[in-house]
Amino acid sequence: MHDHDHHDHDHHHDNRYSDMQARVKALEMVLTEKGLIDPAAIDAIVETYETKIGPRNGAHVVAKAWTDPDFADWLKRDATAAIASLGYAGRQGEHMRAVFNTPETHNLVVCTLCSCYPWAVLGLPPVWYKAPAYRSRAVIDPRGILAEFGLQLADTKKIRVWDSTAELRYLVIPEQPADSDGLTEEALAALVSRDAMIGTAIVELSR
Amino acid sequence: MNGPHDLGGQMGFGLVAPETDEPYFHAEWEKRALGLTLSCGAFGAWTIDESRHARENIPPADYLAASYYEIWTRALEVLLERHGFATREEVDAGVMQIEPAVPKRVLKADMVAGVLAKGGPCDRSIGTEPFFKPGDRVRTRNFNPETHTRLPRYARAKSGIVEAVQGSFVFPDDNAHSKGESPQWVYTVVFDATEIWGEGADPTLTVSIDAWESYLERV
Repeated sequence: MHDHDHHDHDHHHDNRYSDMQARVKALEMVLTEKGLIDPAAIDAIVETYETKIGPRNGAHVVAKAWTDPDFADWLKRDATAAIASLGYAGRQGEHMRAVFNTPETHNLVVCTLCSCYPWAVLGLPPVWYKAPAYRSRAVIDPRGILAEFGLQLADTKKIRVWDSTAELRYLVIPEQPADSDGLTEEALAALVSRDAMIGTAIVELSR
Repeated sequence: MNGPHDLGGQMGFGLVAPETDEPYFHAEWEKRALGLTLSCGAFGAWTIDESRHARENIPPADYLAASYYEIWTRALEVLLERHGFATREEVDAGVMQIEPAVPKRVLKADMVAGVLAKGGPCDRSIGTEPFFKPGDRVRTRNFNPETHTRLPRYARAKSGIVEAVQGSFVFPDDNAHSKGESPQWVYTVVFDATEIWGEGADPTLTVSIDAWESYLERV
């Protein structure tokens, strides 16, 4: 009758969100009544991915690779073990591969079939990574996509797109920015964005 | 199956819309949907491959209009009903009507850290040697099963080069349909964009997939 909701925040998908809110709540209620789920476990899962498992994990891996050639070699040979040595393993990080950007080649990761993503090092994927626009075009027009992220690569630069069709999860190791050799591992890690580890950005000294 | 999920090369979805400082969740229900999906996965009643197939079976118009957590939730409802944990009527009402099937385990809060840290590795030892080796030229098979597969349409009947042997893994095309794990060797196969997209393709672009051995034929 009244449109008082009109003034509420973030309601551009109002109907779908309110419908899903009810749907998911009903699902949780009935499964809890049946003793099949523990709502506190859901809280613990959410808390883990909000506070413990995110792109800082991957940035640590990248900075370590930049500062420790032996680690970089290990990462190339056995990324799962090298990454696990820093404490990052488990769900959607069971079978890791690290792909290194070079002056000749830029790497970009996608999952055209669903939303495969290296959770153990990057956390939960952003909405755009799971949405049709990115999944459809990454394999046919990656330069167009990179331009939408504000990244213009030289025309001569090769682009390699990795479609995550199996259970291997890919982490892009960006090129280390010039003139950053004197920085500590921590300072370097702070430069590395999530998008640079998917391949939709590069790492620059002054961001 | 040639479902709405198989998006590589489709057109008309517009620009990618990255958000600045994107939050992990855009609504409270998304948090619960994530936790419910992982909690119910812990029942041990279905595999990740079966859950992927349940998602790609969502009717195309619904799939393409849904956010990803909605896709997960719709598929979860199907899996819960199929495996005897909750009927659609129960979910609609939010009230229990039947005794559920007995899960292998119920995920409690104190188990979460261990379960997430363990993950679900799907590499499996097999007795055979890999049929292909790095450098081999191969052609992907041309098939259009109504069942689950991880060979995308854009990469069918295409010639490429085996770049790496990645190990032996559970075969999703069987595992999604309760036909067993049937592990096979998996290879990274790289294609020139001109082979995939033909005229007008970006000459600097190569695309790779990870392909199970039975997806490939020697050229």
